[in-house]
Amino acid sequence: MTAWEPPDRPRSRLAYCCPEKMAEDREPPPLADAVQTDFREVEEGEDLFVSTVSTAEQLSPTSPEPASFPAEDISTNSNGPKQEILLDDDQEDLFAEATEEVSLDSPEREPILSDGPSPAITPVTPTVIITPRVDALFDRSLDEDEEAEENGDTFDMQITVSDPEKVGDGMNAYMAYKVTTKTSLSLFSRNEFSVKRRFSDFLGLHSKLASKYMHIGYIVPPAPEKSIVGMTKVKVGKEDLSSAEFVEKRRSALERYLMRTVNHPALVKDPDVIQFLENTELPRAVSTQALSGAGILRMVNKAADAVNKMTIKMNESDAWFEEKQQQFENLDIQLRKLHASVESLVCHRKELSVNTASFAKSAAMLGNSEDHTALSRALSQLAEVEEKIDQLHHEQAYADFYLFSELLGDYVRLITAVKGVFDQRMKTWSKWQDAQVMLQRKREAEAKLQYANKPDKLQQAKDEIKEWEAKVQQGERDFEQISKNIRREVERFEKQRVKDFKVVIIKYLESLVHTQQQLIKYWEAFLPEAKAIA
Amino acid sequence: MIKLIVQLSSPSLLRSVSVDLNNDSSLLIDIPDALCERDKVKFTVHTKTTLNSFQKPDFSVSRQHEDFIWLHDTLVETEEYAGLIIPPAPPKPDFESPREKMHKLGEGEATMTKEEYTKMKQELEAEYLAVFKKTVQVHEIFLQRLSSHPNLSKDRNFQIFLEYDQDLSVRRKNAKEMFGGFFKNMVKSADEVLISGIKDVDEFFEQEKTFLLDYFSKIKDSTAKAEKMTRSHKNVADDYIHISATLNSIAADDNTALKQHLEKFAELLEKLRKVEGRVASDQELKLTELLRYYMRDIQAAKDLLYRRARALADYENSNKALDKARLKSKDVAQAEENQKQCLLKFDKLSESGKKELTSFKGRRVVAFRKNLIEMAELEIKHAKQCVILHSTCIDLMDSSFIFAVVQVRGRR
Repeated sequence: MTAWEPPDRPRSRLAYCCPEKMAEDREPPPLADAVQTDFREVEEGEDLFVSTVSTAEQLSPTSPEPASFPAEDISTNSNGPKQEILLDDDQEDLFAEATEEVSLDSPEREPILSDGPSPAITPVTPTVIITPRVDALFDRSLDEDEEAEENGDTFDMQITVSDPEKVGDGMNAYMAYKVTTKTSLSLFSRNEFSVKRRFSDFLGLHSKLASKYMHIGYIVPPAPEKSIVGMTKVKVGKEDLSSAEFVEKRRSALERYLMRTVNHPALVKDPDVIQFLENTELPRAVSTQALSGAGILRMVNKAADAVNKMTIKMNESDAWFEEKQQQFENLDIQLRKLHASVESLVCHRKELSVNTASFAKSAAMLGNSEDHTALSRALSQLAEVEEKIDQLHHEQAYADFYLFSELLGDYVRLITAVKGVFDQRMKTWSKWQDAQVMLQRKREAEAKLQYANKPDKLQQAKDEIKEWEAKVQQGERDFEQISKNIRREVERFEKQRVKDFKVVIIKYLESLVHTQQQLIKYWEAFLPEAKAIA
Repeated sequence: MIKLIVQLSSPSLLRSVSVDLNNDSSLLIDIPDALCERDKVKFTVHTKTTLNSFQKPDFSVSRQHEDFIWLHDTLVETEEYAGLIIPPAPPKPDFESPREKMHKLGEGEATMTKEEYTKMKQELEAEYLAVFKKTVQVHEIFLQRLSSHPNLSKDRNFQIFLEYDQDLSVRRKNAKEMFGGFFKNMVKSADEVLISGIKDVDEFFEQEKTFLLDYFSKIKDSTAKAEKMTRSHKNVADDYIHISATLNSIAADDNTALKQHLEKFAELLEKLRKVEGRVASDQELKLTELLRYYMRDIQAAKDLLYRRARALADYENSNKALDKARLKSKDVAQAEENQKQCLLKFDKLSESGKKELTSFKGRRVVAFRKNLIEMAELEIKHAKQCVILHSTCIDLMDSSFIFAVVQVRGRR
């Protein structure tokens, strides 16, 4: 386990230098292997799963065009074809479903894909805003690489987001971030490559992934939040401490977002993700803007969903889901509360730092004014100690924030995604129920038509019954599939949560210890000075 | 209505503020306990003496804050003591801060768990108690400064204060006196202008004047900044309470391997906040209170300089009057006598003033030394304790985490 190291920073707070990326400290996050084996233990309904894939039918009742694909088209993974699907290779199966989904035309995806060419990234005056690197503290693995080695495979993927660069001027300006990927996975064409991305690209990626995967029950990591205030400051060209901090906060959040996304066994193989990481040019994701057509559609859908959620009363036959849902509700409330408390701590510690600095200056002036020589020197020393301590508090506030507070913020958003996935299951169930109702109606209609003498209408009714019977079957399958996926996803999520929190707690404690040890050092240096007052 | 009775059996922490007190056994004063009723604090002043001037060798009286102020003002207005630094009056007991916080806590009760609320309440009660202890000690030190002073200890009013077993009737300045006080302050500020403008012929006093004026403004600033720093520290400690409580709630609902970690972390934070609280209050006592006390003491020293400057002005006026009298050949003898008195007074003031100011410097240096040493030692002690708490917690977590990983591997 790597220890927390304070970032190297010069005394002055207004100018930072970007020290060496502490890449060495980072170990590759875990992946497939650890996850896989757990799946093996849990997964009982594997037969069900394989049979789903082998029927290769349309998966989503919402798709306008039912399509059937030959099995060979399904997977771009070299292990692809379904006949070779191994029972313990769940990733491939998940991916198979996903690719089918990819080829379907879904209304929401159109605007995203058909963007115009990306704007020329003319670095007119690339104003490089230099920030301290604190994110390297966020080391998400501990013993995972040992586990991975044991398995023989290595998940090796490391993404860094760096070098924020302002592109353009005025209100059309934006920050471009360099996304560097280091990996040995065969999914990618090279072992190390980097691209330039802007914030809306990340939002676009998330939007695509969410539309593809959420309705089959995958927990898609949420993208960092937009911030109008923050970005306006950057656009306007305000190069002060707060906008530098904003950029650093965003950079760190983007990095965590990508790492979480590629940690997901299915998402890492998604072509959109691969494209995002590899392609030099990416179509501009305009539909992420709030007032675009897709943006408004999103808002309408959200409102509709909220209303539906209230009206759907699901007969929960599975106690596991009810229990988990309640659990996540509680966790959500508690994490929000904790997040608020930690934000308050960050704020107060920053205040403490500022007040200590101001006291240090005052003590220095007092020392100058003191006419007793030894006391004067001691007071000046006191001022120096306090100044060092204020730096210490400042660094601790950084750790408070980047280790603790941001983790909590991330998880508050992640749990919203988890709750969303549970809602999707409810929607799926609702569709299934609606299909059953419809089928019942069609049967009643057919029964009525039996007595009337309209042979062509009767045939139509019989056809409709067949259609709806299929839909009911599909609905049931979908519901079972999403339930299964959610179970697996929640398990994976919980494991990851435990890991993340444990790592962060220990790292945070180490930061606290470090601060205290420095305090001891400073005060012990001061003590002889105080004793020297004669 | 809060009724607090404080027994102060241990040696007062603030005594280090002025080191050479209460070691003359002929007159020993202390405040063994006090009673707080609503806003009024009633101090029990206990005297033990071998002097004949007192009626009994061992006795106690009950006094209020206003009685202390009366005593102080009476001493200041006594001509005889014009050449002495009169110990600064103790500040009025100020329970505003904890009371306000208690009020806010009451308002926010609904948003906290019972555990959180209880802890916050305990913290506030401790704060209340700390303010109370501080005010008792500050009053005690005032009396002890008087009793250790060769001249002031013999003051008649001081004796009345210690001995008179009824309520002192001059508790509040009546309107006339208040107006008198206001007028006095006005005159004082004129004096401020007076002495900052004129350069003193006496090298010693000139130096002292420059030094004290400058030092006073600096130390006033430092006191304010130190106070802000301490308050921030307390805020951080309070945040730990909330975080610890929420972590406990999460841990209670958690049934994963995280449960233990969260519980231990919450426990650690609970211990930490107590240490942080102590760091804050130690800093307050050793640093903020030290600076605050000497700020008031320097004001008292400045007052001495003002009085001397006034005496000088009087002397100069008397000279002018004498010259005028000689010119007019009227009341010359009276004018001569007046001038002689003024000179005598001025010389006396200068002489005792020099002594007082020199011993004041010595006192200040010793007090600063003692407090700075004690503060550094306490900071080291607390930081070391924190390191131990943290390390134990990390070790416990680490071992349980490694244990959990081994278990997972074993299963596979």
